Amino acid sequence: MADARVPLSQRLRPYRVLLASRARAQMQYRASFVTDILGTVGVGLAEFAEVWVIFHNVELLGGLDFKAALLVFALSNLAFSLADMFVGHLDQLPVYIRAGQVDAFYVRPLPLLAQLMTSELSMRRIGRLSVAVVALVVALTTGAVAWSPATVVLIVLTVVSGTAIFAALFTAAGGLQFFLVDGSEFTNSFTYGGQYAAQQSQQVFPGPLRIFWTFVVPTAFVAYVPAVAILDLPGDSLAPPWLAWCTPLAALLAWGIAGLCWRLGTRHYQGAGG
Amino acid sequence: MLVRAGFRRHSTYRLALLAGMTTNSVFGFIRASILLAALTSANAAIGGYDKPTTIAFVWWGQALLGTVNLWGFSEVKDRVRSGDIAVDFLRPINPQLAYLAGDLGRAAINLLGRGLPALLLGALLFDMAWPPSAASWVVGAVSVALAVVVAFSGNFVINLLAFWLVEIRGITLLWMITGGLLCGLYLPVPWFPDWLRTIAQWSPFPSMLQNPIDILAGRVVGADIASAVAVQLFWATLLIVLGQVVLRAGRRRLEVQGG
Repeated sequence: MADARVPLSQRLRPYRVLLASRARAQMQYRASFVTDILGTVGVGLAEFAEVWVIFHNVELLGGLDFKAALLVFALSNLAFSLADMFVGHLDQLPVYIRAGQVDAFYVRPLPLLAQLMTSELSMRRIGRLSVAVVALVVALTTGAVAWSPATVVLIVLTVVSGTAIFAALFTAAGGLQFFLVDGSEFTNSFTYGGQYAAQQSQQVFPGPLRIFWTFVVPTAFVAYVPAVAILDLPGDSLAPPWLAWCTPLAALLAWGIAGLCWRLGTRHYQGAGG
Repeated sequence: MLVRAGFRRHSTYRLALLAGMTTNSVFGFIRASILLAALTSANAAIGGYDKPTTIAFVWWGQALLGTVNLWGFSEVKDRVRSGDIAVDFLRPINPQLAYLAGDLGRAAINLLGRGLPALLLGALLFDMAWPPSAASWVVGAVSVALAVVVAFSGNFVINLLAFWLVEIRGITLLWMITGGLLCGLYLPVPWFPDWLRTIAQWSPFPSMLQNPIDILAGRVVGADIASAVAVQLFWATLLIVLGQVVLRAGRRRLEVQGG
């Protein structure tokens, strides 16, 4: 058991080196990197424009005013762009599978999922991340936030758990890709679709759809449910304020299912042929 | 011939079509919920769209999303970069028309295999407005075809910029983001504030989606249908001619090494 005596920092070193090299590589072509960042800023702004244009026509949407909706938008976009930055490239798994690159990962002495996650760090997503951060700062400073130590804890908890939930969705999608390959777009319905649903007031959805986004694909926990508690809104039967504290639980459950999908997928995988 | 080849090429991947339809439907559900909530909150029609026509807006949009190539393509750019475009120049048919024919075939299979099932699902589950008259159906179909042509021709010009630029990713991104917002995929263009609507109306993007949807959803009727199609015709002609001009200029610039 020589492994057990190696300190954690030593064991994580390969990943750190990998990530740093990926980040450095992306910044080599300066102009291309800047363009990419501007591109993701544009994506973030376009997402924001969609929310803003609706509020240009109405005062309230799904029981939220513009400032409250901005908070929901910011929390979901922040969590999504963080998850996208770290594991969003799992989306490319069908490409790796077809090219036989997955086999190359298998022969290395590190776990497959950990290798795949650290094989890329999409620095360009910083653009969208910064749009989300600005939106969050504006929403928290101008909105009617019921500030207390508990609120601060809740906000941090929400961002961490929300990122974990989206990362779990990407990982579950990755596991399913081993079965789907050509049908890879199926999983977009709950990764990107989940992000689209997460940035809305959940009250816009009819009952069955709300239950789906709360208990099946738990993206309601990413932004709307915590926002109800942060802004001290009354909420309703499917989103009472205390439910906000269950966000880490939702993240844990999501990861349980993601782990299962990933195991099924990797067990199913037979190699790309020789 | 080329249209049929494009149709068959894209119909091979049936699972991909089904996957695309599923994803389009999920987004359709979410968008329909949001827009209906907005209409309930406004307690009136917004920009000429009441509830049934808004539902039609959402599902026609999802149905046409795969049909009209909004997100662009990179095939021509890649061929310019690798020099394979020279082979296209040697063929007895104009490269622009050849690629357009292939794209029309792609559009047809995507409309049948991916778009119409999503539309029917939407019509089953929501109270959706159908095109109000036979004229709306017929002109709507023409308008969809024109939308495919406008989107293709615009993207074709962007792809050809690869003759002069090493990397066109930035321009492609900018085209995609502005296009996505202004074409009327996320929200109807008539919902925009005045200044944004003016920008949209002076751009080719509404001709790629909003105009056919307006006709098919029945928001635009009577003589206005003619002007909606006329605008599309204008952009289709302009972009095709521009494509030809750029293609000629690029051809003069092209130097391919070979032996």
